[in-house]
Amino acid sequence: MTATQTELAPVLPVEAAKHTRKPVWKKRSTWGTVIWAAVLIVIVAVVLYPLLWMVLASFKPSAEINGNVSLLPEQPTIQNYVKVLQGIGGIPVVTFFLNSLILAVGSVIGVVISSSMAAYAFARVRFAGSKLFFGMMIATLLLPFHVLIIPQYIIFQRLGLIDTFVPLLVVKFLATEAFFVFLMVQFIRNLPMELDEAARIDGAGHPRVFFSITLPLIKPALVTSSIFAFIWSWNDFLGPLLYLNSPSNYTLPLALRLYNDQSSVSDYGATIAISVLALIPIALFFFIFQRFLVEGVATQGLKG
Amino acid sequence: MTTTHRQESHTAAPLGSGSSGPTGSARRAGGRPRLSEKKRDGIAGYLFLTPWLIGFFVLTLGPMLISLYLAFTKYNLFTAPEFIGLDNFTRMFNDPQFMQSVQITLTYVLVGTPIKLAAALGVAMLLNYRSRGTGFFRSAFYAPSLIGASVSVAIVWRAMFNSDGPVDTGLNVLGIDVGGWVGNPALVMPMMILLAVWQFGAPMVIFLAGLKQIPGELYEAADVDGAGSWRKFRSVTLPMLSPVIFFNLLLEMIGAFQIFASAFIISSGTGGPAGSTNFYTVYLYQRAFGDLQMGYASAMAWLLLVVVGIAAFVLFRTSKFWVHYGGDLK
Repeated sequence: MTATQTELAPVLPVEAAKHTRKPVWKKRSTWGTVIWAAVLIVIVAVVLYPLLWMVLASFKPSAEINGNVSLLPEQPTIQNYVKVLQGIGGIPVVTFFLNSLILAVGSVIGVVISSSMAAYAFARVRFAGSKLFFGMMIATLLLPFHVLIIPQYIIFQRLGLIDTFVPLLVVKFLATEAFFVFLMVQFIRNLPMELDEAARIDGAGHPRVFFSITLPLIKPALVTSSIFAFIWSWNDFLGPLLYLNSPSNYTLPLALRLYNDQSSVSDYGATIAISVLALIPIALFFFIFQRFLVEGVATQGLKG
Repeated sequence: MTTTHRQESHTAAPLGSGSSGPTGSARRAGGRPRLSEKKRDGIAGYLFLTPWLIGFFVLTLGPMLISLYLAFTKYNLFTAPEFIGLDNFTRMFNDPQFMQSVQITLTYVLVGTPIKLAAALGVAMLLNYRSRGTGFFRSAFYAPSLIGASVSVAIVWRAMFNSDGPVDTGLNVLGIDVGGWVGNPALVMPMMILLAVWQFGAPMVIFLAGLKQIPGELYEAADVDGAGSWRKFRSVTLPMLSPVIFFNLLLEMIGAFQIFASAFIISSGTGGPAGSTNFYTVYLYQRAFGDLQMGYASAMAWLLLVVVGIAAFVLFRTSKFWVHYGGDLK
C-alpha cells in the first residue's frame, strides 16, 4: 500500500550496459587502486555496521546490549530467541510470520495477475480511451497516498472489512500499484510486435496472445515484480496498522511494534531478535536475486 | 509508440504461423462475418483493463473525491459529515503542531534528500573508477535500500542511537558526549537524515548506470583541452548526468515526503520527543485515526497533494534549464 520510493525497482530488467570495453581514460596506477579499494571497504564497513551490530546484539544478554562498545557478545546467548519463540500476549510468533506470509504471497499473486492484464491492454490493444487511462495511471505513480488512506478506510469500514486481510489484498488484485503496471508496459513494448501479429493473423484472439505469447516472454518482469511485491508487502507497516486490530491478525511489523512499545528493559534483546527474524526472508530474497534487483534498479533511471 | 496492431502486417502472414494452434488462418480467410477488428479490440481492451479500471475508479479516483469533500467538513466517522467551508484550512495555520510538522518535514526533505543524493553520486563515481570487481560493493550498498523503511531497521536505529547505544558509546570514546540522540529533540533530525542517507544505494545504482553511459571520448576531449578533475566533473559529468539527477531528485523527494514507519516506531507513535519526529504523515495519522478528525486530516492530505503537485510542476518546468538531454551527442 505504501510502497516506499527509495527501494524502487526496475522499469526494464534488461541487463544494464555491460562494458567490456575498457575506456582508455581510465588507466590507473596500482597505488590508486589500493587506495580506491581501501576507501570502498571503509564505506562498506560503515554501511553494513548497523546490520552486523543488530545480528550480533541479538545474541547478547539484554543488559549487555547497551553500554558495550564491543560488537561481539561477551556472553553469547540464545535467550533472546527463546523469549521470542514464547510469543507475546499469548500469541505464538509463528502466527505473525504466517499472517505476513499470507499477505505477501497474496500480494504477489494479485500484483502479477492484475498488473500483467492491465499492462497488456495498455501496450498491445488499441481501444478508445487507452491513452487517457494510461496518462491517469502514470499520474497515480506520483500521487501521495495520504489522499487515499482516509476515504479507503471509510469504504472498507462501511463494508465491514476492518480487521480482515481483504482491504490489504484487494488493492493488489485491482492493480492500484501503478509502478508494477508501468514496469510491465515498458517490458511488453520492447517485445517484437511480429510475434503477436503472426498469432493474430492465425486467428488467435487477445486472450490467447496474452497467455501464449506475452506472459511467457515477460517472465523477467513478472519475477522482478513478484520480488518487490513480496518485499513491500512484508515491510508494509501503515496498511496493517490501519486495518488489523486484533493481535491474532497482526503481521510481523505490527508485532515488532508491540515488542518495541511494550517491552521493558529486560525484553530489549528479544525486540532486537525478532527484528532480525523479520528481516530473514528479505535477506534470502536479496542473496538469491541480488543481481536481478540491482540490474533492475540500474535500468529504470535511464529507460523509465 | 509502437503499441498498436498494425493493419498492413496482414500481408506478412507466414511469419511464425507454425505456432498457431487449431484456429488456423483458414477461418479468418473465409471472411466469416464477425465483429470488426476495431470492436473486438475495444472489447478485449476493456476486459483486460477491468481490474485496473475498478481499482482506479473505486480505490483511487473515488476516494480522492471523497477526501476532497471531507476536507471541507467536520467528520468523526460516526456522525454525518458537517460542512464547515474553509475552516479546516484556516485552522491549520493556527495549529502550532501542524506548523511544526510542516517545518520538520520540509527540513527532512530539503536537507536530507540533497545529502543522500550527494552520497549516492560520490559513491557511484568511486565505483565507476574501475569497471571490474565492483559487483560486491554495489550489492552491499544497495542492501539498506531494501529494508530501510522497515520496522526492524527503525528499531535497530533507535537502539543504536540510544544513550549508551553503540553510537553514543563510540562518540564517548572519541571524547564527544552528546548523550542519547533519541531523547534529544535537537539530535532526532540528524538521526533521521542519517537513516535516509544510509539508504543511498538505490539512487547510487541509478547514478552508476548513468555514469557508464557517458562516452569516454568526452573525457578524452576534456583531457586534450587540459581540463582538471573538477572541471571535468562540472562540465562533462554533471551535464551528461542531469537527466538521471532529475529523475532521482523527483523520486527521492516524493519518497521523503511520505516518511512514516521509521518516525512512528522511533517515537513509539507519539511524534516525540517534543514533537521532533512529528512528520507530516505521522501527524496526519494521529489526527485521522487517533482523534478521528477525518475532515481536518483530509484537508491536510489535499494540501499536501496540491503542494507536491506544484513542486513537481515547477521541477518539470525548470528542468529544461538544467537537464541536458544529449540529443546532439548520440
